[in-house]
Formats: sequence, C-alpha cells, structure tokens
Amino acid sequence: MRNPGRASLLAAIVALAPQGVHADDLGLRGTIEPELRVFTSSASNPQQRDTDISVSGEVTGKYMWDGGDQSLVVTPFARLDQQDYRRTHWDLREARYGLVMGKWEVRLGFDKVFWGVTEAVHLVDVINQVDIIEDPVKQEVRLGQPMLRLRTTQDFGSFDAFLLPYFRERDFPGPQGRPAYDLPVDMSLTRYESSRQDRHVDGAFRYSNHFGDIDLGLSYFQGTNRDPILTPTLSKDGDPVLAPFYAQMKQASFDVQATKGAWLYKLEGYWRRELGHEYEAATGGIEYTLYGVFGSEGDLGVVAEYALDSRGLMARDPYENDGFLALRWTANDEASTSFLGGAVVDAETGALGFRFKGERRLGDDYRLSLEAYFFGNVPRQDPIYSISDDNYLQFRIARFF
Amino acid sequence: MSGWIYRAGVCAAFAVTISVLAGSAHAEAPGLPAPTDATARGLAIAQENDKRDHGWGDAKADMKMILTNSSGETSERALRFMMLENTGDDDGNWSLMVFDKPADIEGTALLTYPHVKEADEQWLYLPTVKRVKRISSANKSGPFVGSEFAFEDFSTQQVAKFAYKWLKDEPCGTLTCHVVERTPQYEDSGYTREIVWIDTTDYQFRKIDYYDRKESLLKTLTYSDYKLYEGKFWRPQQLDMVNHETGKTTRLAWQAYSFHTGLSKDDFTTASLERAR
Repeated sequence: MRNPGRASLLAAIVALAPQGVHADDLGLRGTIEPELRVFTSSASNPQQRDTDISVSGEVTGKYMWDGGDQSLVVTPFARLDQQDYRRTHWDLREARYGLVMGKWEVRLGFDKVFWGVTEAVHLVDVINQVDIIEDPVKQEVRLGQPMLRLRTTQDFGSFDAFLLPYFRERDFPGPQGRPAYDLPVDMSLTRYESSRQDRHVDGAFRYSNHFGDIDLGLSYFQGTNRDPILTPTLSKDGDPVLAPFYAQMKQASFDVQATKGAWLYKLEGYWRRELGHEYEAATGGIEYTLYGVFGSEGDLGVVAEYALDSRGLMARDPYENDGFLALRWTANDEASTSFLGGAVVDAETGALGFRFKGERRLGDDYRLSLEAYFFGNVPRQDPIYSISDDNYLQFRIARFF
Repeated sequence: MSGWIYRAGVCAAFAVTISVLAGSAHAEAPGLPAPTDATARGLAIAQENDKRDHGWGDAKADMKMILTNSSGETSERALRFMMLENTGDDDGNWSLMVFDKPADIEGTALLTYPHVKEADEQWLYLPTVKRVKRISSANKSGPFVGSEFAFEDFSTQQVAKFAYKWLKDEPCGTLTCHVVERTPQYEDSGYTREIVWIDTTDYQFRKIDYYDRKESLLKTLTYSDYKLYEGKFWRPQQLDMVNHETGKTTRLAWQAYSFHTGLSKDDFTTASLERAR
C-alpha cells in the first residue's frame, strides 16, 4: 500500500459509515495463518533459501443497516515473511459500500469480482490483479480493485457495469523470494502504454443469465491489461532484471456451463486486441462427480480441462496448449476432509506440473492444509522454465476467530 | 316383520355409535378416502399436510445443527435461512441458506430452486474467491455438511415427489397418527421407502423412518416442540435424526422464525447470493 489514492478512497468509504450502528448489525471476524514452505531442490540464486516461515492475517469488519440493504465491508490482509521483503506485504482485499434498491445494486470501493466457469485456468476473469506473491502457481488470490459497480437483475438476466478508476500493479517476489523467475522483476522500471499510467480509467460490462441447465456470461473489458509484458534489461545498478510493461487491451469474452446431472460441461474464452495485434484463448472441459463412491459417504470428482492460446509459446500465459487432469476426494465428514491431486501437461513442450492439496478442519476453529507443487521435464523454452527449480511443500494452520 | 325392523334398527344404531366413537378417536380431516383405498388415502393425507401450510409467503429463520458422533463428541454448525413459498405444483419453495459456523466456511451460501420433474437448480457462493458456482443437484443421498441429514432430507417435500400408501392409524404420543409409506419418485434417492407419521389433528410430520437400498432401517427422524406461527403455520423447533447404522445423531434447532418479512423473488437470485449478509 504505497499509493495515496487507496488511502483517500478508504477515508471516503469510512466517512460514509452510518451513525449509531446497532451491535446486531456489526460483524467482526478474522484469521491468523502461520505457514512453512520447504523447497526440495536447491535454489538457482544464492540469495534464495530452502525454507521459509511466514504468517498472514486477515480481518473482516461488516456493518449492515437499512434492513440489510446498505452495507460496509472492510477486509485488510497482511503477511510477514522471513525471507522475502516483497512477500511482507499488505492489501485491502475489500473496503466497499453497498446499496441494494430492489432490482438495482450499487457498490463503491475496493472489491473483488469473479468471472468464469473453469477450474484450472481463469482466462476471462480480468477485473482484479493477481496476488502472485500469495498464490504463485494457481493464481486464484486477487488484489482488491477500486471500482464503481452498478448492477441490475431483471427477467432478461443480470447486467453489470464497472468503472475502474485506478490500476493495481502486480507485486513480484524480491531477489530472496521463491518461487520466482531467475531474474528479479524490478518494479521501479514499470512502464505503461497509456500516458495516464496507473490512473487510466478502465471500464467493463457483463451480462449473465441461466436458461434451464445452461449458465451463460458475456463480458467486455477495455483498459490496462493486468498481465504485464516482462522484458530483460539492466537495473540502475547495472544488474540484469525484468522490467514490466502494461499494455492497453480490449477484450470480449464468454463463459458457459451446462449442468447435466453429475456432469458439468464448461467452456470459456476471449478475443483480445493489444498493441495492434489480435489473439484468442479458450479453455474448457468436464467435471464429473461420483457420489457416495466405494460405499462410503465421500465423493470423488474428476476434472479434465484443456487450454489453448493462439499466441502459442509467445503467450505470456503459461497455459498455451496444456491439458489438466485432477481428482478431488471430498470425505463429507465432520472435519470436511478433502484431497486434490492434479497434473498439467504442456502438449507443445512436454513440460509437466503436479499439484496436491489436502485439508481438514481441527475442532471448530482451526484448519490444517498441506500443499505441494512439483515440476518436471521442463525444457528451456517453456514459460515455467525459470520456476521449475522451485518445487515446494507448503504447510498451513489457520486459526479462525 | 317387526322383529326384522327391530334388528335392523339396533344394527343401524350400533353402526352409528361405532362410527361416532371412531370419529371422535380419529378426528381426521373430512373427506379422506376410506382405508379400503390405501393409495388414495395416503395421497390425500400428504395433500392435507401440504394444504395446511399454504399462505406463509416468505420466511426467515436461524438454524443450529448439533452433530454427535458415536463416542459422544459434538460439533456445531449455524445457518441462516431465507425461504420463499412457491405454490405451483411443479416447483418447490425457493431457499437461500448462509453459513455462520464453522468459521472456515462462514459466508458460504447455497441457493436452491427445487423442481418436481426436472433436476433442482442450485448455486453455491464461495466467499473467499467471490465466486458463484452452478453445482450439480444429483447428490441427493450424500451427507449435508457432514451431518446425518442427506441433501434430500433438506429439500422441500413436494407431494408429487413421492408415491403413497396408507398403512394404518395408530396412537403417537398423546395424538393419533396416520402411518403412510411413501416411495421417492425422483432420481438418485438413497432410500427405497420412508414410513411417515402424520398426526390426525394438525396434519404435521411427527416421525419418519428411512429405509436404505438394502431394505434395512437406516435412520429415524423425530419432529418435536411444534410452535404455531400467525395462528396458522406449525413449525417444529427441534428435529432429531438418528443413524441406526453408525450411532451418530444430528439435532436441528430452529430459532427466530419470522413470516411475511417482505422477501421477494429479487432476494433469491444469483446476484443476491453475492451480497454481504
């Protein structure tokens, strides 16, 4: 949080808070989550270490009034990291005011939005910046995005308009950070296509509806691409680094899911125009769940998806011609025990990635999770080559209060 | 001749007395088909139960769920419900439930549009990623959040979802109950049949025995602590499900029921799922 714009927006939101809030309408909850990461191969960079201890915390404050039609939600997040000064960071995940008037809804402030249907890659979900430091491989954790959102839900479906007045840069790991590119990203060298830089006002629209067992979303986004182009260069001190460049883009996208019994069929894709070029990407697949498998109370889910990008290996997205297969076991027990094992294979380069996640609740207020990420057979031209020596295990204990 | 008239008169008087006595013991709903037509009588009992609950419009309520395992350890869930009455024959009541406990799934919400002929429509809201996900409703027999209640025990019990057969009338506590066998007509049910006790006074559920695919008694659900709202609508404050195979039990405690709260269809959309609650 080095930007005064965010602080002033937060101040404006706090000023909107109603007077004399009843205790019933006030909710406060939080999480503290210590973490241990163990890297199984030695680092390519002498500044990197093989273990890392860190702790994160998140608090959500919620006020509701006017029969629940008006609300304020504030969720600050912070992490302290032993090794990487860049991973020691904080963010306003949410700080927003909401107003509901029958079929209309307004939201103002830092907020998160999710678009799309698939599990492995989230192509059409472009409103929020990825928190790549928190979630380097799956990239499902997002930074709060300042926005004005207007929504109406009518018989013809739900229609959303977004005004995004401020752009949030992607935070990259520092020289001690892992997993990380072999060359560190020097954020002081960040450049933008727009002369307004991070003050470029972006806009987006979305229509979504369901027709029987079909759920459909159509979206349009115009503004700063959240995904930077990284170019090797020299830092001010003459060290080799990567410099981020944020281009302007126009994106039209769709996402569709058919829900047929225990089978889900999913497809999403976009058409983009950026720096005078046009390109497309799509991902889709199936999800099937066997309920009460092997006479137990557990469910076994299978997810198979494929992702394709017309830019091929020139794509910045690592999943340009990749297949995914995952098995998910949900025990349906009191502790909500679940296991997920997944593999990704790049059809072009033969590179392999593996992911494992197991979690369960301990008592009412704790949750244990173990994650593992491994890469194999990654050739030099593959986009994930530079993090392929960063295989790691991650162990977390979350305490909820 | 006179002797014949006399005997007929005595018989008639006796029959009237019997039926009056029987009537007072069985203050059943008027117009119920005779016991000789068990199918029609069973269906009529289910319809009467359904009819007595017409007109509640919309409701809000809180629910606590207490899970007890075979060694007596307990864990608790807390949920808030919003419900909207759907009077059509093909669709069930809409519901939106939000979890308050356990803390790690707080804010997770489930929206359900139940149907009789087609599959139910269900969306799940995952608050950490702000994602609304259309989910499969084929999981009827799986446990609901680790409890002894299956998803199908939770969904609305529309009359047309079952075939009925009246078995007998018998005392149940201080009341008399119709005992009706009902067979699920929808796909993916975990039960072959259910035996339902519905009282003859208010036509409310008192007990259900669930028989699994092996035809053995799997679970028993007991309804208790009924409370009358708005002078018309009975709601049990406590439901106890016992699993006879595992010895585990789940108690549902309903609190803070309120009716006609002004909820409309706009409060049961995928957009409303995403709102803070």
